[in-house]
Amino acid sequence: MNSLLTNSEGAGTYLKSKRIRLFLFFVGLFAAAALSMAATNYHIEDSFTAIPKVIVWMARNLVPDGKSLTRLPKILDKLFETVLMSVAASVSAAALSFPVALAGSATSCKQRWLMYSARGVASFFRNIPIVAWAMIFLLTFGQSPFTGYVALFFASFGFLARAFIEAIDETAAAPVEALRAAGGSYGHIIFQGVLPSVLPQMVSWVLYMIETNIRSAALVGLLTGSGIGFTFSIYYKSLQYQSASLVVITIVAVVLVIEAVSNKLRRLIL
Amino acid sequence: MTALIRNRRTGKIRVRKTQSSNLYMRGVLLVLAAITVYTLVTIDTKGADIAAASAKTAEYFWLMLTQPKAVPSHFGIQDGGGIGTFFSALHMLGITLALAFLTTLFGGIVALFLGVFAAGNLTNKKVSNGIKSFLAVVRAVPTVLWVLIFAIGAGLGSVAAVIGMSFHTISHLVKAYSESFEEIDEGVIEALRASGANWFQIVFQAVIPSSVSYILSWTFIRFEINFAVAVAMGAAAGAGGIGFQLFMAAGYFFDIREIGFITYLILAVSLIMEYLATRLKEKYHIHNGA
Amino acid sequence: MALLEVTSLTKYYGDTAALRDISFEVKKGEFVAVIGPSGSGKTTLIRCINRLIPASDGKIIFDKENILNLRGNALRKARAKIGMIFQHYNLVERLSVIENVLHGRLGYKSSLEGMFGVYSEEEKEKAFNIITLLGLDDYVYRRCDQLSGGQMQRVGIARALVQDPRMILCDEPISSLDPSSSKVIMDYLKKIQKEFGITVVVNLHQVDVAKKYAQRILGFNGGSLVFDDEPGELSKKQIYKIYGTEAGELIID
Repeated sequence: MNSLLTNSEGAGTYLKSKRIRLFLFFVGLFAAAALSMAATNYHIEDSFTAIPKVIVWMARNLVPDGKSLTRLPKILDKLFETVLMSVAASVSAAALSFPVALAGSATSCKQRWLMYSARGVASFFRNIPIVAWAMIFLLTFGQSPFTGYVALFFASFGFLARAFIEAIDETAAAPVEALRAAGGSYGHIIFQGVLPSVLPQMVSWVLYMIETNIRSAALVGLLTGSGIGFTFSIYYKSLQYQSASLVVITIVAVVLVIEAVSNKLRRLIL
Repeated sequence: MTALIRNRRTGKIRVRKTQSSNLYMRGVLLVLAAITVYTLVTIDTKGADIAAASAKTAEYFWLMLTQPKAVPSHFGIQDGGGIGTFFSALHMLGITLALAFLTTLFGGIVALFLGVFAAGNLTNKKVSNGIKSFLAVVRAVPTVLWVLIFAIGAGLGSVAAVIGMSFHTISHLVKAYSESFEEIDEGVIEALRASGANWFQIVFQAVIPSSVSYILSWTFIRFEINFAVAVAMGAAAGAGGIGFQLFMAAGYFFDIREIGFITYLILAVSLIMEYLATRLKEKYHIHNGA
Repeated sequence: MALLEVTSLTKYYGDTAALRDISFEVKKGEFVAVIGPSGSGKTTLIRCINRLIPASDGKIIFDKENILNLRGNALRKARAKIGMIFQHYNLVERLSVIENVLHGRLGYKSSLEGMFGVYSEEEKEKAFNIITLLGLDDYVYRRCDQLSGGQMQRVGIARALVQDPRMILCDEPISSLDPSSSKVIMDYLKKIQKEFGITVVVNLHQVDVAKKYAQRILGFNGGSLVFDDEPGELSKKQIYKIYGTEAGELIID
């Protein structure tokens, strides 16, 4: 009887402390939200009025009209250029990322200093804002599709290197151990152990990167005046929203198609 | 007993039997490589001298990394500078963090709601698939375009930025949340249903509490991403904060050393968040697989 | 004649000792089982022998060479003479059975040949014969991720055998397998030792299996070698010494 009593008391204090923690969590969240709103001049009532307003406006104005349709070939041309740019940036960045990932993975690299420096490089490049890349290349390479490509290349490089390091660590550790034990050289271990194990995952990441880069190309294009982002901003800034919306629709179509194709390919290569 | 396969011409034993997955893999690699080569050969450089521009880029990059320096007046500091400039920059960093926080918070709340309806084990297939395909379309529109579309209705500023950035946040988190809901043991839900609990009780008493640590981890991982997005939106969509300052330093003042200063600030924040996110991923075995 | 001679082998991870002053000999053609509770140093010992883990101190003489002094190609050559079988098979699961088995030849290959998987006809035939010996001839071109656990372990054995090894090290080869597959694997190991005269050193969790198959048993506890004798000498008292009283009682039951 006695023990039963203490038990329920224990449960009581447990529930109480849990409730207090939950309460404190929400108070903290609320305080952070209030602070953030004050700092950014965010008026919550505006967001409630803005959403319906924008939806109505979108329905009325973001509909391609006859004139915008005559621009479709031009838009598709730019979009095609953007897709090519995204593929090229993803694939060439992957080619550079792979050796860096080999150096950065604990599985394929036994020199600790090399491993940590490769990881540092990957992390450094991954976290430099894409805006900084775009702006610097705009200054040095000028306004051109090539500038967009280079900016996407550097942004992809850090991301893929990190992803490849994780893939190697996850899937290649066991075969690498076996090939070392059998007396394989470093080249054998990489080409016969690591590469066949991680290739499907790496291709999968490259496909993902292509999808991401098409979306990022809109951002980079706005900043560097290239590709589909530039096309959008021209129509947007000249208030030709019907044409701007056609740009959005074509981007959506292309991204969905590429996503569907990638998913299909992923299933086929596994 | 299977016989060894020999090459018809040379009579040598074949080691690799062509498998469809290998063929597809080779095909994909070949096509991607061909597109890349074609693009790089035909890409329009608008007459830029690649070698000279690359050298210039390296020089700028070195300058950024080794001699970062802010100009006080660019940060609204009139006299002296020094510590005041630094605090002004921190304030702008804070604005960017605040934008990311609000986006993650609002997006997270909406995603929690939608995530319940997107989880296959909590609703019927139709609703779940409907939400998922709707979000696929939402995700296909680049964030910067969402922000600019909302800027038409709400004006450039934090409201348009937060709403615009919320779309990808919602789409990402609904996927993450609903997948963690789907991992809940079917037996637990069945047992509660058998004991007479209704749908709301099951969701709020069993499903959400048992995946709360996943929800919080994923939300933080998205916060990390949103910080980078908020920097970009500051630059490309006038959302303010440190991203806008970066855009000004590069696009108006052409000050490489100031770009370096701002990049270091952003790097410091994102490296800390990346470290925390990695720890969370390791703790809960989260893979953000492609 | 001793094929393997371990003297005062010591291994530290930071400050913790995983192996303390281990000395023993293994004769040519002997079947030796290594037993002990988890964390007693069995796995570290096996991996120190072929230098997958660097030892802290001591000597490991294998085939008249001190393994711990070898570097580069000499180390690769020594490793080629020692086959290894793993608990989780450690195959490249996306490759076919014969490709995985041929990996056992890499220790004898130049870098370029091995990288692109160029093997001679004799090597391929040898690989095929070993695959047949292990009853996998129906699966030569099957991808390894389509095999059962027992079949994958047989691929692991074939990969070790194709090395022409003097000795095979096994790290808990049956811990991931069901009882009937376990028996098949242990029988193959016994056959290899009996018919080809290859020395087998095997880490085991199961005392009864060790007693049934091994000619000699090494018992480890807390990184020290506490038992080194024939299976018949493994008394209740000895088992307590290896596993501690509580766990030992369960094992004897």
